Amino acid sequence: MIVDPSKIWPVIIGMAIGTFFVRYSFLGLLGDRELPEWFLRHLRYVGVAVLPGLIAPLILWPQATGGTPDLARIMATITAVTIGIWKKSVIGAVLLGFGTLYLVQYITG
Amino acid sequence: MTAPHNSVKNIFWRGFRDGLPFVLVVMPFGTLFGVAATEAGMNILQVMSFSVLVIAGAAQFSALTLLLENAPVIIILLTSLAVNLRMSMYSAALVPHFGKLRTGLKLVISYFLVDQSYALGIREYEERPDQPIDNKVAYFFGIMLIMAPFWYLATYLGAALGASIPDAFSLDFAVPICFIALIAPLLRTIPHIITAIVSVIAALSLAWIPYSLGLIIAAIMAMMAGAYAELKLKANK
Repeated sequence: MIVDPSKIWPVIIGMAIGTFFVRYSFLGLLGDRELPEWFLRHLRYVGVAVLPGLIAPLILWPQATGGTPDLARIMATITAVTIGIWKKSVIGAVLLGFGTLYLVQYITG
Repeated sequence: MTAPHNSVKNIFWRGFRDGLPFVLVVMPFGTLFGVAATEAGMNILQVMSFSVLVIAGAAQFSALTLLLENAPVIIILLTSLAVNLRMSMYSAALVPHFGKLRTGLKLVISYFLVDQSYALGIREYEERPDQPIDNKVAYFFGIMLIMAPFWYLATYLGAALGASIPDAFSLDFAVPICFIALIAPLLRTIPHIITAIVSVIAALSLAWIPYSLGLIIAAIMAMMAGAYAELKLKANK
């Protein structure tokens, strides 16, 4: 899979500027301003709201298999989620997830 | 006796040492981003610009995923910037410590404001709130002087390696697995778990909506579900 080359630079520049302004927001522009509680309450969940939805289709309908669900990828996901939640280990989740992926791929040929 | 320990130089090196373990976390992510972005057809300048100008792993992986889905630029930007919104909380938390610095330094600190420098920095400043501002700045730069070069270097190594890795290694799966590793430790409360579940179910059911708009709708629904769950749980206590 190859990305559309005309979109790459607009995305890089847009993200560079946008991300910088998020980081500079309070420190440089807004200062010591109190944010409303309802806003902070929603902000706490933004990351967990975006990322699982972003990857769910990649896991269930991977492009590498033409969009058909793949046992190895599903098993690898279950392993990585379990290790990530249980051991809170980022490296452990990545290594054991990939380990499971290769193992199931090897067994099922 | 204590004077040398409190010197700006010593505090800089303490930040450097405290940042060292995070290199182990940053290296694999940077490398995988370099590999994945190169496999997606980006050249070395584009891959490096991403890691140097944006310097935010999760958002970079989000953007890459949506670029591969051929989503419109505006959707890619909205989604990836949403992933980075948490950094506005970091920015706010640093105001009591860095609010009085001159603008130039605030610009540089903002550029380097990442999950790790925030986490280490805020711990240090809350333990030693009364130290001079120069010490606080030195500690922050100590952390980033060890972490940032490894982030750039890892991205470069990944990009250089990228094209030579055979398909049999299923590196397309590197992106989901990195995200899982990043998200799983965040699922520490019931509202966080509810948010993640709503996000997955809504994103899968809304995947038919064009331009990856379904993901944005799913994220808003999930965020509201999490905030609502938090409110309900508090009320029941």
